[in-house]
Amino acid sequence: MAITPPPARRRKRRMDKVMPLVMMPVNWLEERSGLVGGLKYFLFRKVPSDINWFHTLGSATLTAFIVQAVTGVILAMYYKPHPDTAYESIRYITNEATLGWLVRGMHRWGASVFIILIFLHMARVFLFGAYKYPRELNWIVGVMLLPLAMLEGFTGYLLPWDQTAYWATVVGINLNGTGPVVGPFLAQFLRGGDEIGTDTLTRFYAMHMLLLPGAIMGLIGLHLYLVIRLGVSSPPWSKDAAGSEREERPSGDPGLVRPRARGRVAK
Amino acid sequence: MVSPPAVIVGAIITVIFGFLWARDVMSPGRASAAGGPEPAGTADAEPIPAHMGAPATPPGHPSEGPASYPRSKFLELGTLGLGAVIGGIITAPILGFAVLPAFTEDELGGVDLGPLTKYPTGKWIEATFLLNPAAGEVSRRTAFIRSNGMEGGQPSMTIISNRCVHLGCPVQAAGPRNDDQQETIKTEQAELTVTPVLPANFSCPCHGGSYDTEGNRIAGPPVRALDRYKYSIVDGHLILLQPYSVSEVEGEGAKAAIKAYGIQGPGEHVDGLSGLLYPIQPQDLG
Repeated sequence: MAITPPPARRRKRRMDKVMPLVMMPVNWLEERSGLVGGLKYFLFRKVPSDINWFHTLGSATLTAFIVQAVTGVILAMYYKPHPDTAYESIRYITNEATLGWLVRGMHRWGASVFIILIFLHMARVFLFGAYKYPRELNWIVGVMLLPLAMLEGFTGYLLPWDQTAYWATVVGINLNGTGPVVGPFLAQFLRGGDEIGTDTLTRFYAMHMLLLPGAIMGLIGLHLYLVIRLGVSSPPWSKDAAGSEREERPSGDPGLVRPRARGRVAK
Repeated sequence: MVSPPAVIVGAIITVIFGFLWARDVMSPGRASAAGGPEPAGTADAEPIPAHMGAPATPPGHPSEGPASYPRSKFLELGTLGLGAVIGGIITAPILGFAVLPAFTEDELGGVDLGPLTKYPTGKWIEATFLLNPAAGEVSRRTAFIRSNGMEGGQPSMTIISNRCVHLGCPVQAAGPRNDDQQETIKTEQAELTVTPVLPANFSCPCHGGSYDTEGNRIAGPPVRALDRYKYSIVDGHLILLQPYSVSEVEGEGAKAAIKAYGIQGPGEHVDGLSGLLYPIQPQDLG
């Protein structure tokens, strides 16, 4: 009868057997793409030690956008963008399709949550002075994201094709039409003709689910890239020295400046 | 149809860019760079591979101004230019398709609003009808129609669009509405509903715009009077034609003096200084 090793050693021996199995595909991927290191670089960043819950508003906004994207894709499987069928398909999603009410509700209320979180996030950045050097460009990207998100709201509002949707869009398009010189042309383009009709609904649908989300995703990518490159700023009441010197690039570093968080660093 | 403004704009663009092109072609620098003969010195120069990035001027020969043009540079610009041409060829029709169909005019014939006998003199009738039966319910429109009796041997009608000229909501006849006398008339193109109404004024539910019974603004945010429709009488039937915009109506009924303009979107001024903000309308270019 063999002597049973103590539990701690047994566990270690098991780990020694399992770990190579786990690491093999990970290493395979890392060696060929560098994706694992990239993910680690993205996730395990150093942040100032005195950040607080306000700094999570950006991630919350991103989460709201992801919820919109996922629920929107599912809704598109049931929605039929034509004046004869749009309202009926929305009615079917809400009242008959299993869990349709929930997914539509998430998309509908999530839209408001998305916009509210954008403004809270923007207020945080503004009040904390986080838009200052070197993060001005990220503020600019955010300012470009804001109207795209509002346009998502505007184009999405028409899609249920009920009375509220129709007349709100009439008013919205005519508001655009009152712009000097180009206004009438903008309104004509949005309408897809002289009058609101099938073309208006389909082009709002295409903008809502293809053009605007694509633009938003691209800009979010740029937004996140800048966050990773520049790091997170300390709150304005931070006792840590502002703008403490940045560590020089190590000699082996291929060139991406890895900015150091200011002051103390969370362990 | 080609409209005069489009011709004028096109002519101006042609003249300006034609002049720039001609000036560019005739400038001496360009002529020697493109068409000038190669200097003898470079002809027997030792060839240097383009990928090494060195200019095609052999060492020892000083660069001879614009006449020496390295092949690598030419290929680089050529590749970029070819890319731009391909990109343009692909992009132009896509952009055109995205934008231009919105600006082609729908040629709609008149809408038959039924026999004139349905429109008694001096009474307001609210008529709802399909402007374009092929488009379905979304083209349902409403007009307030009042017959003003005979004027100069012709029946005179006041036909006011219910589209508020603030932002396009439907204005309502503020007053009693005789739904029990509602009538559905079938005409050649469409089915329409006529309801006698007794408006004290027309008012808009969205932002409180208010108009008198000639369509003049009396309160709220609208910038002009309500739009009206042209009409004609064919075989005793009232035929609704194109809508037009109105800045102001003086007098009333058959004697009214209407300051008419081409149809414009809601919220757009048609006269005065503010009218200059909208110099060209999309339908002007059709």
